Amino acid sequence: MFQVRFHGRGGQGVVTAAELLAVAAFNDGRHAQAFPSFGAERSGAPVASFCRISEREIRTRAPIDEPDALVIQDATLLHELGLFSGLRPQGYVVVNTAKTLEELGVAGIAKDLPANHVLSLRATEIAIAHLGRPLPNAVMLGGLAALTGVVSLAAVVAAIEERFSGAMRDGNVAAVIEAFNQTRVGPEALVAHQISQRRTVGASPD
Amino acid sequence: MLRQIEGSRAVAEAVALCRPRVVCAYPISPQTHIIEGVGTLVKSGRLKPCEFINVESEFAAISVLIGASATGARTYTATSSQGLLYMTEAVFNAAGLGLPIVMTVANRAVGAPVNSWNDHSDAMALRDAGWVQLFAETNQHAVDLHIQAFRLAEELSLPVMVCMDGFTLTHAVERVEIPTQEQVDRFLPPFEPRLLLDPADPVSIGGVVGPEAYAEVRYLAQARHLGALARIPELADDFGRLVGRQSGGLVSSYRCEDAETIVVALGSIVGTTKDVVDQMREEGTKIGVVHLTTFRPFPETALAEALEDAHRVVVIEKALAAGSRGILGADIDALVTNRGTRTFTVVAGLGGRAITERSLRRVFGEAIRGELGVVSFLDLDRDAVDRELARMAANLGTPPSVGRVFDDLRTPTARIV
Repeated sequence: MFQVRFHGRGGQGVVTAAELLAVAAFNDGRHAQAFPSFGAERSGAPVASFCRISEREIRTRAPIDEPDALVIQDATLLHELGLFSGLRPQGYVVVNTAKTLEELGVAGIAKDLPANHVLSLRATEIAIAHLGRPLPNAVMLGGLAALTGVVSLAAVVAAIEERFSGAMRDGNVAAVIEAFNQTRVGPEALVAHQISQRRTVGASPD
Repeated sequence: MLRQIEGSRAVAEAVALCRPRVVCAYPISPQTHIIEGVGTLVKSGRLKPCEFINVESEFAAISVLIGASATGARTYTATSSQGLLYMTEAVFNAAGLGLPIVMTVANRAVGAPVNSWNDHSDAMALRDAGWVQLFAETNQHAVDLHIQAFRLAEELSLPVMVCMDGFTLTHAVERVEIPTQEQVDRFLPPFEPRLLLDPADPVSIGGVVGPEAYAEVRYLAQARHLGALARIPELADDFGRLVGRQSGGLVSSYRCEDAETIVVALGSIVGTTKDVVDQMREEGTKIGVVHLTTFRPFPETALAEALEDAHRVVVIEKALAAGSRGILGADIDALVTNRGTRTFTVVAGLGGRAITERSLRRVFGEAIRGELGVVSFLDLDRDAVDRELARMAANLGTPPSVGRVFDDLRTPTARIV
């Protein structure tokens, strides 16, 4: 079982992200279960959602308290209490940011995890480039797919095509492919990739 | 067709396959996506002929369906929580009139305090309203139960509530096999009403019945419910043959052969419990779980058989019957105590409190070691409760004796958990 916890803010499509990942996993022939954290939905408030992926039927309905991966759609949440709680020792983290982990003050998290398990991805920038709107949710899945291999890019693209239509579909597909390719520069290049991101000059979503 | 789909959307698809002629609902919180989904299917023309009626309250929704059903239309609505309670008077009427309305209850807590998260308080409050109550363990189960519900309701002239856990199921996106229209049409024949209001041949229904006959009318309601106990397993078998999976029925047992400890529960918590049962079985604990798909009518015989060889029964209740030892717990207690089987009621998941595998393992272990109270509250914040009990005791003096079950509550230091 591979368990993913998504963190973001109301309006960023956190619930949709978990659902898209579940559909992508289903497209790959796996069992999957996505569900939101059940709170009062308010725009801008911290929101979490969950996705389990398994080769077998998923029966448990308990919240995910020991995730294999964290997808953090909004870097301003990084210092929220308990954001990293329960993350498995071999876990992965994808952060939507144009900054480095050092600049964000969470480099310690990466040190506790295996090499190349933490990805900082300029998801908001990629989303604005392709969608014209700061909607990082689907983009982050491109990074997660490339980083972990838990779902195929084709399955993520198919999930987006099923969910959206028109410009949202085409923009998200292009954005996901770009995020995937940016990440998929090989494990050794990941750190270099982060460094090159730091050097990139441009609008910062943070 | 196998789909990865939200529970609410899957149920909307299933309801549409049942070809309801009138769907009436109050489209505001506490609704789910079910009604939105059915509305979309009506508007797009995929579900026709069907009249979708928006009304001003849940009370109006059920009242419109009573009228529509009495004129021979297949009818459907969905609600939960306060919405269900607001319907209450007419919920009893629908049963008393024998109208085969099908309603989804997306189970949620009831206020005050305001809480729209999942538990079974809403459905439990109306358990004796005369409706059949079926509980879904998974979204697949929810889809299958809705299709069976229409046939059961119309064959027996009884309204049916299909209860599915709000959020936990309704908002979960998972794998669901949606039957084909041909399969549903083969299983569910067109509605042929027993009772039919016709302007050309006017009659009055639901008139006054005095003391001389009211008990007899109620007796007949009881007879219809007992008939449902016989029919529900047959319909589940019919449906199972058609779609190639077993779904529905009265009770279902998981790993209960030779089980000394049997957990009984309603709804989606059974899934989590099955995982815990597997873990404990691996460690050599003889434990199993029984899901009560049919809660009303209460499947006394089937349940007694399922629990026959248990040394102890742990009942998980997602509702609180304040002042009693529990709802499901009391029903089961009456079934098994004369055999010397010990029963434990564990009130859990109230108002959306997460039920974790760790907590279930702990409480099952406590039951096995004889350390669990007759009634306990899972993961209760003992300190917070003790402080408040102490304050109450200081202000009001010691509460009077309330009997064995409530011994725990008399002194703040005693344990309920």
